[in-house]
Amino acid sequence: MKKNPVQFVLKNSFAWVLSIIMFIPLLLIVVNSFKDRVGANSMSMSLPKTLHWSNFATVIEEGKLVQSFFNSLFYTSASTVLGIALSSIAAYIFARNATKLNRFLYFFIIMGIAMPINFVTLTKVMQVTNLMNTQLGIIILLAVMSIPFSVFLIYGFVNSVPRELDEAGIVDGCPPLRLFYSIILPLLTPVIVTVGILNFMGAWNDFVLPLYYLNDTAKWPMTLAVYNFFGRFQVNWNLVSADIVLTTLPVIVIYLLGQRYIISGMTSGSVKG
Amino acid sequence: MVRNKIYPSYFTWGTLAFYSIFFIVPSLMGFYYSFTDWNSYSDAIHFIGLDNFKVMFSADENYVSFIVNTVNFTISTVILKTVLGLAFALILNEGIRMKGFHRVMLFMPSIVPMLVVGLIFKSILNPATGLLNETLRYIGLDVLTQKWLVDANWAFKSIIAVDTWKGVGYIMIILLAGLQSIDKSYYEAAEIDGASGWHKLKYITVPLLMPALAVTTVLNMLHGLKVFEVVYVLTNGGPGYATDVLYTAIFKEFSMGRYGVGTALSSMLFLFMTIIGYFIIRLMAKEGARE
Repeated sequence: MKKNPVQFVLKNSFAWVLSIIMFIPLLLIVVNSFKDRVGANSMSMSLPKTLHWSNFATVIEEGKLVQSFFNSLFYTSASTVLGIALSSIAAYIFARNATKLNRFLYFFIIMGIAMPINFVTLTKVMQVTNLMNTQLGIIILLAVMSIPFSVFLIYGFVNSVPRELDEAGIVDGCPPLRLFYSIILPLLTPVIVTVGILNFMGAWNDFVLPLYYLNDTAKWPMTLAVYNFFGRFQVNWNLVSADIVLTTLPVIVIYLLGQRYIISGMTSGSVKG
Repeated sequence: MVRNKIYPSYFTWGTLAFYSIFFIVPSLMGFYYSFTDWNSYSDAIHFIGLDNFKVMFSADENYVSFIVNTVNFTISTVILKTVLGLAFALILNEGIRMKGFHRVMLFMPSIVPMLVVGLIFKSILNPATGLLNETLRYIGLDVLTQKWLVDANWAFKSIIAVDTWKGVGYIMIILLAGLQSIDKSYYEAAEIDGASGWHKLKYITVPLLMPALAVTTVLNMLHGLKVFEVVYVLTNGGPGYATDVLYTAIFKEFSMGRYGVGTALSSMLFLFMTIIGYFIIRLMAKEGARE
């Protein structure tokens, strides 16, 4: 490659400009979450004169953040585990026992990647199954929504696990279910971690399902709580900012810790070159 | 036979049951309820034929504009994210210091909840105090200031811009991965033959990037047709009905208890996306099996 210093500087400046454009809106919220009410009124990038940590305390109390944090954590973890349990075993069977029927069923499930949800009639299903306005209902829905893409990702990975391992297990007299969870499942760890992180973040960020199916404020996850808080405290942007920071912090932390898995999971599923 | 013993089909029944009951059944029920007057005010549900669809396409109602908006949003975001994503990927492909850092930064908006992005931009796009107008005034470009989310001419464009801001980094990274899988020797050979930069882009990069471009287009399209949160939070369909899309309209029907019309809208979207999805997903299923 030709080394052109002007081009090098231009390219790198461009990269910095892009990174800044992506980061400024997030930084804006962090900066304003430390201001007092008057200071945050204009929502500018100017730094706060004193750090008002009290905003966070106020928000946690007023916005009932502790409760919604644990709600979110509960929904997200439970639905991620349930989603992986349902997806991995189905993907495993579809990949290993590729009969005509199973290939069709695999296709039937991953069609869910494209199909939109009918939230209106889903209400009816939720009423019939007695899951309307329940925590279990939200967990099941979050898990079910994650199934199509998870099955797709895990299916591709199962094919890369050599069948000889299954055969060795069978010779040793391993029953089918144990063959799956003690031999295959550990080998699926990389894809399970990726799927797990993606589903965890997807569930944490979800706003639509609780909007439709949870009326009880005590059951709200963080996203819905922050939206409601915004409705009540629109004039206090310092508090709204603090609330946003606390809601977003968990995802950002997970992202920074697991960015390798996340970026590769979100992209490799699509381009395997 | 032996296979069915080692890999029993009943292992998949639980997954299929959950998926069918909560994903497929509601969609199929939708077709039936589209032809009824199902609502929250009465328990009786009557068959009313095509009345819901007549309402949807009647001139006194705005439903057609919701469909147009959804399609407009989808096409605009597909084009913007693909063109910008490709341009950024080409520029950042080589000769960048601190690549890892920039990658983390550019990807960041994709992992922040859409709801939060919406709230942040509600502040940034505020006509009086928002960061965007303030900055424009500060650098003396007062003429460019707009009432971004309030002016009917700008509201929808602003929503498209916010969605692009959030999604373009993700698309760029997919395309960047695609670019890096292209064999360098193609470019060397082209250089020997005296090909210009434009020709290399047209005859090497774009054709070899087609699979990745197809994937990003599909992702953006599915995302665009299902758009809800960004509109709901930024404008909730306003001013008037200027920025309403299908899913916000469905939510409004749902909130008003007009389930019949809401279901009819939803079923139409389902039919449309399932037909498109069929071809795309069939391709994905084949790709997966080939590995």
